Amino acid sequence: MSDDYAVVPIRRTASAIAEPAAVRWLLIGAAIAFLALFLFVPLIAVFAEAFQKGWTAYVSALREPDAWAAIKLTLLTAGIAVPLNTAFGVAAAWLIAKYRFRGKNLLITLIDLPFAVSPVISGLVFVLLFGSQGVLGPWLAQYDFKIIFAVPGIVLATLFVTFPFVARELIPVMQALGSEEEEAAMSLGARGWQTFFRVTLPNVKWGLLYGIILCNARAMGEFGAVSVVSGHIRGLTNTVPLYVEILYNEYNFTAAFAAASLLAVLALVTLAAKSLVEWKAARNESTYNLAGGE
Amino acid sequence: MLVRTSWLKLALTGGLLVGLAGCQNAGGPAPGGEQTASAQGGKAAVEILNVSYDPTRELYQDVNNRFAAYWEQKTGQPVTVKQSHGGSGKQARSVIDGLEADVVTLALAYDIDAIAEKGLLPQDWQQRLEYNSSPYTSTIVFLVRKGNPKGIRDWDDLIKPSVSVITPNPKSSGGARWNYLAAWGYALEKNGGDEAKAKEFVTQLYKNVPVLDSGARGSTTTFVERGIGDVLIAWENEAFLAVNELGQDKFEIVAPSLSILAEPPVSVVDTFADKHGTREVAEAYLKFLYTEEGQELAAKHYYRPRSETVAKKYESQFPALKLFTIDEVFGGWKNAHQVHFADGGVFDQIYQPH
Repeated sequence: MSDDYAVVPIRRTASAIAEPAAVRWLLIGAAIAFLALFLFVPLIAVFAEAFQKGWTAYVSALREPDAWAAIKLTLLTAGIAVPLNTAFGVAAAWLIAKYRFRGKNLLITLIDLPFAVSPVISGLVFVLLFGSQGVLGPWLAQYDFKIIFAVPGIVLATLFVTFPFVARELIPVMQALGSEEEEAAMSLGARGWQTFFRVTLPNVKWGLLYGIILCNARAMGEFGAVSVVSGHIRGLTNTVPLYVEILYNEYNFTAAFAAASLLAVLALVTLAAKSLVEWKAARNESTYNLAGGE
Repeated sequence: MLVRTSWLKLALTGGLLVGLAGCQNAGGPAPGGEQTASAQGGKAAVEILNVSYDPTRELYQDVNNRFAAYWEQKTGQPVTVKQSHGGSGKQARSVIDGLEADVVTLALAYDIDAIAEKGLLPQDWQQRLEYNSSPYTSTIVFLVRKGNPKGIRDWDDLIKPSVSVITPNPKSSGGARWNYLAAWGYALEKNGGDEAKAKEFVTQLYKNVPVLDSGARGSTTTFVERGIGDVLIAWENEAFLAVNELGQDKFEIVAPSLSILAEPPVSVVDTFADKHGTREVAEAYLKFLYTEEGQELAAKHYYRPRSETVAKKYESQFPALKLFTIDEVFGGWKNAHQVHFADGGVFDQIYQPH
């Protein structure tokens, strides 16, 4: 009996905790059917519509000056919002994970605020603040500085909406790590920045990357808040998601789906990058554990 | 450890560089346009912004190209007209909030009145151009599915319980207000001017509306693309566009016995045009709409032209129907707004979302 256990322990435990095959296949089948229906079919539909009139129509739809302007504006917006929110997220997570202070819970709640507020409201707040009838509107008009219905407003709205992503990813990671390693580094004579770049950052890099990827995806894909502050001027204040809506409303389906396919590609790249980061992080952890075990 | 750290730094710097490159690329054209726009006189390129309502997208695409050619030939100055489209009320709101339109071309006079109230243009703006500043007109018709399966011929058919009607929200859409007033005017006429009967009629009609989109184009999409509803109450030009763009085998236009003469007005927004130094070109742009060429373009996009010669040429294109004006039946837009669309007005009393 004991010999038996010694030879095939894994198989026995596995079969003891596993579901019957029928149930397993049913669950897997349901999951795959759901994925196919809600993810793959729409994804294929986007590309099918985009390429309906052939490759040349697809390319020329994206080479339209207005399309090109929308793509550039989207890249610009993400290019500003993501680095700023990364810097902010790291700073906020550092503060929350490493220090104790009054109002910490309030700060955590405030960081989550953009998740809780509807994007349309986020946009409207900026209109109420910076619009010509708004609180700061007349003052801005004096200096002829345009925020609403111009690029700064779009960047601001995007910044607000994508504000929590990096911080939210980093806070639990940093809290789990504790501050022993930093204290050790400090006691060995490392300066603040050295500690940060040599100890903290390498420890949280996967969480950080994951946050940046999500933040970027949202920054490029945001519709609601940006729609409110954009003014929808063609070739000037339309981002790719807004441009897709305009084309669709103009019965210009091929071009609309061509632009939408760019966002779909972005989503696929995001997913791929995300799984890569998760895989790397998991592998890293296991090597770390092995090293610690020895 | 060191290798990994530098890899991370590399990734971060890379991200930053991409961002900065994006800044330079996208930042380029916008300030460039501003500078040339503010450069005075001579042959420097100029840019104006036309803030318009939903269904005029195709019309102004054409007008803008032709006007640019006309203006450059006349003055030697290249001009670009930028467009913004949306529900008429929403667009007026944006201009009030600081969307710096050189000209507005909206669905109804009331929306431009709202801008005038904030002092961005004079109160008497509607007297500045011919025909109440409306270079083209339109009316309200029905779009039904091919073969007209519900047998819709006139307004009376829209209040039958089995008919589902699509129309946008009169709170945000100019077209929707024309729709509402057309129905009201018909009911008044039919009941010998009895306001209570008219209210009952319109209440019945809105009971048949399953969804109120915020703009005319949204309603068209609901009807045409999503296949909801038996009849779409629409701008005549919007109905023609839907039929021509999406197949004459799918939809047909039904003209009711009586409808409203819709006059979508245009105006320069003085404050912004003066600020940009674009008044001259902005005024020329609106006057261009009244020229033979502008009128032809309007007719081609199924707006009813004001010019008699152009109207004659395109006569067969538009169904002949009896039209009443808003001044005749409702005593002007201010009145109509006060009674029907203001908070607590008739529309608020009769419409219950369901």
